[in-house]
Amino acid sequence: MQWTKKDILDIEQLSPDEIELIFETAFGLKEISERPIKKVPTLRGQTIVLFFMEPSTRTRVSFDIAAKRLSADSLAIAAASSSIVKGETLLDTASNLQAMKPDIIVMRHSSAGAPHLLARTLDVSIINAGDGMHAHPTQALLDMMTVKEKKGGLSGLNVAIIGDISHSRVARSNIVGFTKMGASVRVAGPPTMIPPGIEHLGAQVAPSVDEALTDADVVIMLRIQKERMRRFLFPTEREYARQYGLNDQRLGRIRPDALIMHPGPLNRGVEISPEVADGPFSVILDQVTNGVALRMALFYLLAGGTRDADAD
Amino acid sequence: MQMQIKGGRVLDPGVFDGPADILIKDGIVAQVVPLGANGQTAPAGTTGGSGERIIDARGMLVVPGLVDMHVHLREPGQEYKETIDTGTRAAAAGGFTSVCGMPNTSPVNDSISVTRYILEQAARCRRTRVYPVGAVSAGLCGEQLAEFGDLKAAGAVAVTDDGRPVSDAQLMRRAMEYARGIGLQVISHCEELSLSGGVMNEGVVSTRMGLPGIPNAAESVMVMRDIALSELTGSPVHIAHVSTRESVSAIRAAKARNTQVTAETAPHYFTLTEEAVKSYDTRAKMNPPLRTAADREAVIAGLADGTIDAIASDHAPHARVEKDLEFDLAANGIIGLETSLALGLRLVGAGALTLEQLIALMSKNSAAIIDKPCGLSAGQPADVTIIDPEARYTYRATQGRSKGRNTPFDGWDLKGRAVYTIVDGTIVFDLSEEI
Repeated sequence: MQWTKKDILDIEQLSPDEIELIFETAFGLKEISERPIKKVPTLRGQTIVLFFMEPSTRTRVSFDIAAKRLSADSLAIAAASSSIVKGETLLDTASNLQAMKPDIIVMRHSSAGAPHLLARTLDVSIINAGDGMHAHPTQALLDMMTVKEKKGGLSGLNVAIIGDISHSRVARSNIVGFTKMGASVRVAGPPTMIPPGIEHLGAQVAPSVDEALTDADVVIMLRIQKERMRRFLFPTEREYARQYGLNDQRLGRIRPDALIMHPGPLNRGVEISPEVADGPFSVILDQVTNGVALRMALFYLLAGGTRDADAD
Repeated sequence: MQMQIKGGRVLDPGVFDGPADILIKDGIVAQVVPLGANGQTAPAGTTGGSGERIIDARGMLVVPGLVDMHVHLREPGQEYKETIDTGTRAAAAGGFTSVCGMPNTSPVNDSISVTRYILEQAARCRRTRVYPVGAVSAGLCGEQLAEFGDLKAAGAVAVTDDGRPVSDAQLMRRAMEYARGIGLQVISHCEELSLSGGVMNEGVVSTRMGLPGIPNAAESVMVMRDIALSELTGSPVHIAHVSTRESVSAIRAAKARNTQVTAETAPHYFTLTEEAVKSYDTRAKMNPPLRTAADREAVIAGLADGTIDAIASDHAPHARVEKDLEFDLAANGIIGLETSLALGLRLVGAGALTLEQLIALMSKNSAAIIDKPCGLSAGQPADVTIIDPEARYTYRATQGRSKGRNTPFDGWDLKGRAVYTIVDGTIVFDLSEEI
């Protein structure tokens, strides 16, 4: 199997074979981070731009470390607000970046579809590091990689995703990704946060958190954002924690060998209790570790991969 | 000055349909002469007398001049998007002899001076008639009534805050009452802003794309409010750009009660669905948004059974820099003057509407709502559109007359177009001279 894609925009565009290739590559590269000298020369001379138009720490740092471990030159461009506020359009900014000949642009943006706009217009490879509420493919890939690492495979697993599905790009990408790899996905949360037609992405809507958790092999808890209260989506954090939060009482429903995941950052005591977050089921920090390997794999495949060889 | 339009199929909805010659004198329809089975018609190009123009309309459809009651001409203030000159060029090329210009210009058309300016510019262009529409509220701010009396005196035919709703129900009530006294039509852009915070239709596609949605109810709750206010006040109200099945049902039920409610829809709502934005294509971004297939079917049914009175383009030109953006930041709206007729003819081709219905929806019905004459009877102003219903062509936005290029119909293969547009007996568009 050879890599042929120019961009990583969302999970929908990836085939199961491509996803397996990414995992295989990531597992191979993971060991580099365990070495005393955590650096290989593989992408020496390659330039990777981290173009972050929305605040992010962990995702940006994860991409940055991944680039550096492969000896690529990486630089981060952060913009607190959209470029149009500064009077320059996104396409102008991106065209300027391209003119400086980077090899890969990693992009985070608050507008859904913004990476797609860039990918249509520019020749450089684009990796979507999260676009609005639409997609966060690298997060879904690292989540699936973590599950595969712990469970050996994804097919046949019950995955529960709990919380604000409506506003979550992580939920969307995980629903599409896990179902694509043969798992079944149930979602649960307040009805105000379950978007219309989510079944069409492959998820079943569970009537309650408890039912979603029953016999779950994997539980993904989503971060709840306090500002949603002002949009009337839930009354208080206290009520949210009691109705929809994951705590010790609820753990009896999941499989004894289940994995509990969270894309971070955590609201301890709201969507997840501290005991659960730090408890034996939690693989939250494994996700972070695997995130670096997964992103190294994507850089490797896009920049050092076989796309050009495949073209002729 | 005389003109004869000879040998065409003359279709004057509700009045006449058949082969006929039309004689125009001094800008007025002088006579419609039906042709018998062996009707004689003079050969093309001959002149009947000095200065008489003869148009050979054999194989053509000759109809009352088309009226588009919902057009954003952008002048004054946004001439980089469109001017009255380019807008009326596009209108004439689309077969329109009259257009209503929306008031969300800069400054807003809430005054006698802006209304006069628009009419003066239109007179200078000598093309399609322009009927200015004034604002309901001063500055479109939704706080106090604009001076309807002045607007009417200057030549406005209606009032609307189009582009945004009249959110305050009391303001809308008083606008309907006050406008009735002045003799102005109130046009309502129905959108409950507290529900409509999204950028596309709310549903499966918005969920998949991760874009905030605008539910159908954001439109229909205000349609229902305005129907109730129309009944309360005994005043007419016209619902702009109907996009949802619930709005169609509400208007149908209101009409069954003999209320004074009229409605329009735009070609995109009966042609496209939300699927058109799937690749984050901002050319299909508009407000109200493209809806589902069920909504499109309901809109078509509403056109067919008379629930919806008029087809209007909601022609909304934008500059490239306002559309080549992230989807949620891109401007709303598409151009439509040069595609409206052909998209309407698709409904006739599909058997959803009769040709007579379509022409009425695009001419007489719209004119009646703004109380303007329209038709081919003797004595009427000679506003005539001559259509080649069989012409096949690929529509290219870049070859359009509008300054706007923002349309999802770019590159579509269309059938049917205006070949002559005649206003007051003067040819303002002649396809053969343009190509």
